[in-house]
Amino acid sequence: MTASVTPLHPLLEVKGLRMHFPVTEGLLTRRLLGEIKAVDGVDFIVRRGETLGLVGESGCGKTTTGRCILRLERPTAGEIIYDGVDLAGSGRKELRRNELLALRRRIQVIFQDPYSSLNPRMTVGAIIDEPMKVHRIERDATRRRQRVRELLSVCGLNPNFADRYPHEMSGGQRQRVGIARALALNPEFIVCDEPVSALDVSIQAQVVNLLEDLREQFGLTYLFIAHDLSVVRHLCQRVAVMYLGRIVEMADSDTLFDSPLHPYTRALLAAVPVPDPSIERTRTFRPVQGEVPSPINPPSGCVFHPRCPIAVESCKHTRPEPREVRPGHVVACSQVQLDLPE
Amino acid sequence: MPPLLEIRNLQTEFRTGAGIVRAVDGISYTVEAGETIAIVGESGSGKSVGAMSILRLIPDPPGRITGGEVLFAGRDLMKLPDEAMRRIRGGEIGMVFQEPMTSLNPVLTVGRQITEVLEQHRGATRAVARQRAEQLLCLVGIADPARRLKQYPHQLSGGMRQRIMIAIALTCDPKLIIADEPTTALDVTIQAQILELMKELTRQLDIALIIITHNLGVVARYASRVNVMYAGRIVEAGPAAAIYHDPRHPYTIALLRSVPRLDRPRRTRLDPVEGQPPDLARLDQGCAFRPRCRFAVAACAEARPALAPVGETGHVAACFRGHEIAAETGEAA
Repeated sequence: MTASVTPLHPLLEVKGLRMHFPVTEGLLTRRLLGEIKAVDGVDFIVRRGETLGLVGESGCGKTTTGRCILRLERPTAGEIIYDGVDLAGSGRKELRRNELLALRRRIQVIFQDPYSSLNPRMTVGAIIDEPMKVHRIERDATRRRQRVRELLSVCGLNPNFADRYPHEMSGGQRQRVGIARALALNPEFIVCDEPVSALDVSIQAQVVNLLEDLREQFGLTYLFIAHDLSVVRHLCQRVAVMYLGRIVEMADSDTLFDSPLHPYTRALLAAVPVPDPSIERTRTFRPVQGEVPSPINPPSGCVFHPRCPIAVESCKHTRPEPREVRPGHVVACSQVQLDLPE
Repeated sequence: MPPLLEIRNLQTEFRTGAGIVRAVDGISYTVEAGETIAIVGESGSGKSVGAMSILRLIPDPPGRITGGEVLFAGRDLMKLPDEAMRRIRGGEIGMVFQEPMTSLNPVLTVGRQITEVLEQHRGATRAVARQRAEQLLCLVGIADPARRLKQYPHQLSGGMRQRIMIAIALTCDPKLIIADEPTTALDVTIQAQILELMKELTRQLDIALIIITHNLGVVARYASRVNVMYAGRIVEAGPAAAIYHDPRHPYTIALLRSVPRLDRPRRTRLDPVEGQPPDLARLDQGCAFRPRCRFAVAACAEARPALAPVGETGHVAACFRGHEIAAETGEAA
């Protein structure tokens, strides 16, 4: 799938990423029952300055992929090459602590739940200050305090909020604090893990706009993990769709949403109702049958075949490799054909 | 013929440390037999409390239903004795809640949770109840019902649990089902399955459905009429097409503009509703949406506007400028 030449040097390159979690039984004698293949062979790149959307339903491995990139998990196999350095360290070359720290300064994260990702006993100021202390960015406390106030105002909050506690703020305001904390180290890459899912509709739009403004202002690169496809279409240049630990389709945003090829992507898009009753009245709609199978014992061959409307016999045995059906459009399905007029 | 459900000036308040919160502040609407209506609003708008008040499921203290009538099939539910009310809940009015994991009993098999309803409401024997439970599971699309009835909620997936909730709601042939965010906790493909199932069953069995949601897409696909709630009141109500294509309340307009669309290439920026939702304990006499409203004038600070007819039949909005706004937004669009 790396057939086409990418004109820009990718900031992040993920190759053959696998993250398998052991499933054990028993309290004292841990017996290995099997493995959850949360991420099972994922390849993608993220170019500098772009936003890549990672979408899929719960359990598809999108969050685990993000956690591997942040090195909050140690991948079972594969490479995560960030600006030339392999973060995965799955081979012999384990990253040294100071190397990891240096990379963490450049890669930050925004979490989904602004309630549980902020320490309730710390003031907002202390929360934003902490990464700067940990990474010894600025030794002077007065200057750090000044920086906290700047960050708050960049994120659309009153600088005096530095003295407040998270419980005194609304969900949208807390998420802005989470964003300010992520920006404290001047990172270049931010993993956004469902950053707006917990917010009300009217507040969601405010935070989406803020993320866009910050991307422009600071030249940020985002990996945007989400299940809300409408937000992803709005915010991302390219999108990868995951199902049971694998990427089933990846393309630029408009191509993916306007002419999806993989049957799972099609089912996913069809399942999302559009906020317009006259469009909804004309849409014929048959939801995809069945539920996502267990990642402990995934189906053989193509993992989507038990629910797939176009599956044939060979799909049960052969795992479809991702192939580039047109420039930049990768699909892992043996059945889809490109019937473009040209 | 009177409507199946008529709610008149329903009021529910909560006594909190910060003062009295009027979570539902005088809402009125009707539901016809067999129709699906949607109640839309954000957290704290009173959409769930309003629906729970219909069934008198408000914990007291701190909550209290302080006024209004709920006429269901000719009776005022607010005046019924507790015993009669209990027969209505889960009997003539079924309920489907958001979190199937917390609303099912974890220590009872799903079969027991269905047969219990039949024994309580219908005085059915165990054997009869069991047979009916199997039928119900088939009806909600669960394969191998005999085996499933013996399982516990934790052994089922989220979608399966919500199917069980629907089966329980259907147990006593209700005339009305109240579904409070029935699919919010579910993945999008499962959400679609559950919503289609509910649509199919309510049509087939002629059941009216009140669906409470914040998802404007779900409303567009399933509801014939919509009530938009903000700060405890209905601010706009009408046929779904009118609400989406000719919204007259500034909040509805702002809400519709703030959602990104899956079916359209990205525009430059989203147009959010600025500011924060109001603190319900500190509302003044003016319109609650005024601080976030682009159309606010001096009169908006004086009184809260009442619902008044705008546009086509049945379309009402609570805004002093409901008539002018259509023209202004028309120009802007």
